[in-house]
Amino acid sequence: MAYTEEELKKELETKEYEYGFYTDIESDTLPKGLNEDIVIAISKKKGEPQWMTDWRLDAFRIWKDMEEPEWPNVTYEKPDFQNISYYSAPNKKPKYNSLDEVDPELLETFKKLGISIDEQKKLAGVAVDIVMDSVSVATTFKKTLAEKGIIFCSISEAIQEHPELVKKYLGTVVPKKDNFYAALNSAVFSDGSFCYIPKGVRCPMELSTYFRINEAGTGQFERTLVIADEESYVSYLEGCTAPMRDENQLHAAVVELIAMDDAEIKYSTVQNWFPGDKNGKGGVFNFVTKRGLCEKNAKISWTQVETGSAVTWKYPSCVLKGNNSIGEFYSIAVTNNFQQADTGTKMIHLGKNTKSTIISKGISAGKSQNSYRGLVKVNSRAENARNFSQCDSLLMGNECGAHTFPYIEASNKSAQIEHEATTSKIGEDQIFYCNQRGIDTEKAIALIVNGFSKEVLNKLPMEFAVEAQKLLEISLEGSVG
Amino acid sequence: MDLKDKLLSSFLAFEDKVNVNDPVHEIRSEAIKNFESKGFPTKKEEAWKYTSLNGLQKVDFSVFPKESGALEYKDIKKYFLHEIDTYKIVFIDGVYSSYLSETTHDGVDVCLMSSALNKPEYKQIIELYFNKVASKDESLTTLNTAFSKEGAYVYIPKSKAPRKPIQILHLATGNEASLMLQPRNLIIAEQNAEVQIIERHQSLTENEVFTNSVTEIFAGKDAHVDYYKIQNDNAEASLIDNTYISQKDNSIVRVHTFSFGGKLIRNNLNYYQNGEHIDSTLKGVTILGEKQHVDHYTLVHHAQPNCESHQDYKGIFGGRSTGVFNGKIIVDKIAQKTNAFQQNNNILISDKAEVNTKPQLEIFADDVRCSHGCTIGQLDEEALFYLQSRGIPKKEASGLLMYAFANNVLESVRIPELKTRINKIIANKLGVRIGFDL
Repeated sequence: MAYTEEELKKELETKEYEYGFYTDIESDTLPKGLNEDIVIAISKKKGEPQWMTDWRLDAFRIWKDMEEPEWPNVTYEKPDFQNISYYSAPNKKPKYNSLDEVDPELLETFKKLGISIDEQKKLAGVAVDIVMDSVSVATTFKKTLAEKGIIFCSISEAIQEHPELVKKYLGTVVPKKDNFYAALNSAVFSDGSFCYIPKGVRCPMELSTYFRINEAGTGQFERTLVIADEESYVSYLEGCTAPMRDENQLHAAVVELIAMDDAEIKYSTVQNWFPGDKNGKGGVFNFVTKRGLCEKNAKISWTQVETGSAVTWKYPSCVLKGNNSIGEFYSIAVTNNFQQADTGTKMIHLGKNTKSTIISKGISAGKSQNSYRGLVKVNSRAENARNFSQCDSLLMGNECGAHTFPYIEASNKSAQIEHEATTSKIGEDQIFYCNQRGIDTEKAIALIVNGFSKEVLNKLPMEFAVEAQKLLEISLEGSVG
Repeated sequence: MDLKDKLLSSFLAFEDKVNVNDPVHEIRSEAIKNFESKGFPTKKEEAWKYTSLNGLQKVDFSVFPKESGALEYKDIKKYFLHEIDTYKIVFIDGVYSSYLSETTHDGVDVCLMSSALNKPEYKQIIELYFNKVASKDESLTTLNTAFSKEGAYVYIPKSKAPRKPIQILHLATGNEASLMLQPRNLIIAEQNAEVQIIERHQSLTENEVFTNSVTEIFAGKDAHVDYYKIQNDNAEASLIDNTYISQKDNSIVRVHTFSFGGKLIRNNLNYYQNGEHIDSTLKGVTILGEKQHVDHYTLVHHAQPNCESHQDYKGIFGGRSTGVFNGKIIVDKIAQKTNAFQQNNNILISDKAEVNTKPQLEIFADDVRCSHGCTIGQLDEEALFYLQSRGIPKKEASGLLMYAFANNVLESVRIPELKTRINKIIANKLGVRIGFDL
């Protein structure tokens, strides 16, 4: 029997968040609200040195005087910053030596998520630094990495053990006063990952972190700092799923990447926070600041697959400071139901012969709004800068919207910039063609969407590509163009 | 006193000169209130991100010009498209010049806004169209609305077409050290009517001129309007051109904007499609040098199904000039089967020149074909070499390439003499002698 549009729609609408479950682990949570005392308390709880406390307080003072930005093309109920608890950590936080010591309930959680730690340890060869409710509870493969001189740990640990590195680089790419949410994050960040690749080292495995929000009413403020020293290489994966929640949850992370001369960083994200139910209720607010700095001949490549969150607002950017540096941005943003995404990138060309590539694919279905917003800026001293941007949007159904806001600013005559954008729907003839060859409509759509996104999916590391394809299927199957 | 305060107090003086009991005056009063609360736009506003009006606000503009001296036709002939016979509406320092003009009431109305606003026989049309498509909250438009009194009035009844094109020429004599002008034009083409209009602003001296113009264009069913804007003013002339276009079924409206000179030019070009099978065409050539600044801000609002829009803007920027292109296409939910194309190509020929471009799409309908392309680049080295290797000097060769780059926008110009004229200006600007006519 033919699969009608109605049925497809229905199935899509009723497809509940598959990873929605809640783990009952006692948490050590600070009272709601934000003031200097809370900032000091967070710092104290984490046993931070005085310079870190001062840094946080400084950020808090900057944040107090800032206003929440209004310009993104999204509408949402502004979070009440005094009604959020800024710190929550699983109460047992010993350093585990083996999996047996890990809280069995936590292990159960990971099993549901399909990320069995031991399996990953053995088979995938991925070192996982799992962040559960803001505090790092398990770090694996540390030994292998340590042999190479690679530091991969939680940022709290880095503050304790490598203060010279943290002090030198924290806040250099995303300054405290950069924007409202970056300032907030700088004041209250609970934990995150820290990674340092020494000179000339090629990181032998993909580094990955799984983020989860797991405490009602807890904002998650992650801070990630990746430093690739000269001639080094690292591929970093970040992926997340969050349990179902009625209340909106705020996620304001900051990611800073530093690629020194001749270094390369590949940063991949699969984002699948809870997007809210089909009536647009609940869901995560994802307001993230991600930026990388490229020194001479360095390369930073951002790849992201965004399928979750009620509201997404993020622009992974590259500051191409050094000559001959390269910035790349590959993105798939899928929105469904009442999701809203305003995402894109910034490529700031400062050095000579700098190159950047932007490939952005937006897919909107249901009643969602999907915006691409990007900036390509060529400084007057950036001789021979080259940029290519392409943003394609696919619309499914007539109640969604796709928007493009590219900003292109060139002040050097040798700059060569191209920007292309298209918006279309899945052609009836394309589906007909597939149907005719015995492929049902749903499969045909999956096929076409997959093809549409292929340029980006190809950029993902193997482990992620599989997950990303699954996510695309979950998010979109049943949407008829 | 800054310009805003000056304008606000001038409004009281302005009220002495117009009939305050006229319904139009209600519109003016409403508009000045809006301007008072909004003020001049600042760079903080997204729409004015790349263009600052701060410099203009510091100048002590005279708002009501003194009676200006007469001009001889031979002195200003070169500003007309004199090769062909046209209707002419000429203003000198904002005041209508009857002896330089040639108007008509023969089947069509080509006359003055002031008479249309004052004479009872136009009352119905004014009520129907005046300030109906112009924005009621954009500050510069409302400023113009508040002071609206004079400009061109063109009314083409059903299935009529004027015998010849219409030229609208605004001249500034420089009698005042600095002058602010606010012309207000109303162009109506009823069902199946056709009209061609050429508009030009020209300052005759180096004295500062600031023009804030508003033009409303209404195209009825099957109507066809061609509007050509020639902006080739001197280095002390600033122009803010606000054009609002309302189109009905099957109508075609083409606006060509040729920006070659002026200190600061801002073109706000807004198309509203209120019918099906509409064709909206927006084309522009911008060639700038020195410290000139041109900002093209276009909006095409597709509100009905089965319509098309074509945008093509080309820019060549030298000296310390800055070029801005901000093109916005909105496709409403019901505007299915929309075809919207937008193209913006730029060449930077100087290290100090700057281009900022922002082609936007906001799409709410799924069955559409919308695309935009935007490039910033240089002349093709290989093409340059090819020409040089055939004995064409580098300067001429690059001029030739730029000429070719800009030229294809001219294809849709339907007045051959105008095309030739623009071609000459372009060739002149680029310092090339084209040995052939196109």
